[in-house]
Amino acid sequence: MFAAAFCFPAIVRGETSDSNDSFLSNIPIETHGFYELRAGYRLGSDKYEKDMSIMETRLQLDLSSSYLEWADLKFKGDVLGDLVTEEVDFDTREAYIFTMPADFMDLKVGRQILTWGTGDLVFINDLFPKDWQSFFIGRDTEYLKAPSDAVKASFFSDLANLDIVYTPQFDPDRFISGKRISYWNSNLGRLAGRDAIQRVEKPDRWFHDDEIAVRLYKNINSYELAVYGYHGYWKSPGGQNAAATRAIFPDLNVYGASLRGNVGKGIGNLEFGYYDSSDDRNGKNGLVNNSELRFLAGYTQEIGKDFTAAVQYYVEHMLEYNRYKNSSPVGLSRDRDRHLVTLRLTKLLMNQNLRCSLFTYFSPSDKDVYMRPNVNYKVSDNLAIEAGANVFFGSYRSSFFGEFENNTNIYTALRYSF
Amino acid sequence: MRVIYGIAFILVVLLQVFAAESEIPDVQTIVDKANVTAYYQGNDGKAKVNMVITNKQGQTREREFIILRKDVKDGGDQKYYVYFLKPADVRKMVFMVHKHTEMKTDDDRWLYLPSLDLVKRIAASDKRTSFVGSDFLYEDVSGRSLEEDTHELIETTEELFVVKNVPKQSDAVEFSYYNVSISRKNFIPMKMEYYDKSDKLYRTIESVKIEDIQGYPTVVKSVVSDLKTGSKTEMEFSDVKYDINLEDIFTERYLRRPPREAIR
Repeated sequence: MFAAAFCFPAIVRGETSDSNDSFLSNIPIETHGFYELRAGYRLGSDKYEKDMSIMETRLQLDLSSSYLEWADLKFKGDVLGDLVTEEVDFDTREAYIFTMPADFMDLKVGRQILTWGTGDLVFINDLFPKDWQSFFIGRDTEYLKAPSDAVKASFFSDLANLDIVYTPQFDPDRFISGKRISYWNSNLGRLAGRDAIQRVEKPDRWFHDDEIAVRLYKNINSYELAVYGYHGYWKSPGGQNAAATRAIFPDLNVYGASLRGNVGKGIGNLEFGYYDSSDDRNGKNGLVNNSELRFLAGYTQEIGKDFTAAVQYYVEHMLEYNRYKNSSPVGLSRDRDRHLVTLRLTKLLMNQNLRCSLFTYFSPSDKDVYMRPNVNYKVSDNLAIEAGANVFFGSYRSSFFGEFENNTNIYTALRYSF
Repeated sequence: MRVIYGIAFILVVLLQVFAAESEIPDVQTIVDKANVTAYYQGNDGKAKVNMVITNKQGQTREREFIILRKDVKDGGDQKYYVYFLKPADVRKMVFMVHKHTEMKTDDDRWLYLPSLDLVKRIAASDKRTSFVGSDFLYEDVSGRSLEEDTHELIETTEELFVVKNVPKQSDAVEFSYYNVSISRKNFIPMKMEYYDKSDKLYRTIESVKIEDIQGYPTVVKSVVSDLKTGSKTEMEFSDVKYDINLEDIFTERYLRRPPREAIR
């Protein structure tokens, strides 16, 4: 804010500005951000984690400048006082330079948030890093997306558009490690948390352990068609080393396609992906994820005034299931197909200042559920209050959402935006 | 002789002028002209819009955005790009519409959320919902297709044409009809009055300030009042520019990266 206070007079004065002003104070930087308090508790007790699920104060600063003729600059970072981990953290969300080297090309270099694909909180061809821990403890949905340190080059033509994202050093998910969220530890055969924080072997050699993601897309009569390719690693641990002491990120290639457009009174989307787990293509290695086909179909429609409903059906189909089953301990193998249905309901009230939403994941094959109710009220243009919950339940302790049952939590937050 | 011919010629011309002045165009011509004047000035345009929403208790909320528009066809399809500046929590969000005026073709709408780098497609079935929480509806901002109503000229004053508009599909909208008072001078819609199913006036939109910009008469301030809730919204336009030769910035490329026209 102080930077803005100093900079804006410089813009107003423009060319007649005082010659004593330094160069920096002449570059107009827009300063925005928010200050937030967020607190949450587990509803039940979890012997592996603290009762406090979230307890933090956060300042986000968002600085941007379009002053230079040839480039836009952006910095967005959070300072975070975290009472759960008892740490002060600094998280740079974005720090990039954007430029247009030619009419047909855009280039973004640096730390950035990246998203593509058609799923709503379900991802097939979006293999950019996710922060599942933030998602489950009740941070703003913004934090589900973790930043990538990457170069994004985009090429545009009448024929089709092409995005190429190169990440020189593998950026994994901020996965569930046991630090904040208890999980099913298959080696121990029980739930675990801070007593058994997952140790990982992360590929981290620059320009060698890299990732490349491409998207070729085109709009045809308002239908958005895209094909995707990815070469890199499973983003969350997808296996274990031979001694079963550390989790690993095996090689992964993904090939997929998506389609989105108007269907009837709403929006329909289809997405498909082939997950080629190239370290275990024949499925014999029980320590490495099997290859999969993933498929998603979704539909969104306004079903009342300021009331929207969205449903999605998603399936993960294991390709070498028999070999997988033979290599897994008896009784611990999953089904060949994991089915998942999601339902989002969003209602806006009080001149759209009150937003009530419920997002539900339900897996009929895993017999588990994850619900995300949230109520957000804008007290004024700057101040918002919020309350919500992350509710997990399931029939099995080892299933995708069932394992998080003890992490069921409620939270509340206050945010001042400027 | 020449003088007489001259006088006769002048008389004929004058008579024609007066005849034209008092001649009343048919209602279709009036609504077509008013529609083009209100929504299709120039081939494209840009404006900064400031909205102040005041509720019955006098509490206010503010919205500010840059709006870019390009016409595909005068009186027909258009593209809109809305770049939000205020309030702070929606800053840099982009709302984009490909408006289709043909009946039965829904508009295409997108929303870009910069903090997630997410391009969202929005279901657009109901155009009569509030635009950004104000008393303006989506349809007020981008225009209601003339095809959707029948039009009848019910009054002609010295300054105004008053056109009554009755929806062809009455169950699709909340009003039973609305009257538009159109300036005879420049075809600007000066006032719109909406009547509910019990024939009671419940909503008005007034053009309170008009300026000539690059030769185009332009509403630079309008006010919508909701007589039922006691809420009103003032919308002011500044930095209005027409015929700025916008390229096709109404694509995903510019959702993710706002064009210079929006941010400068």
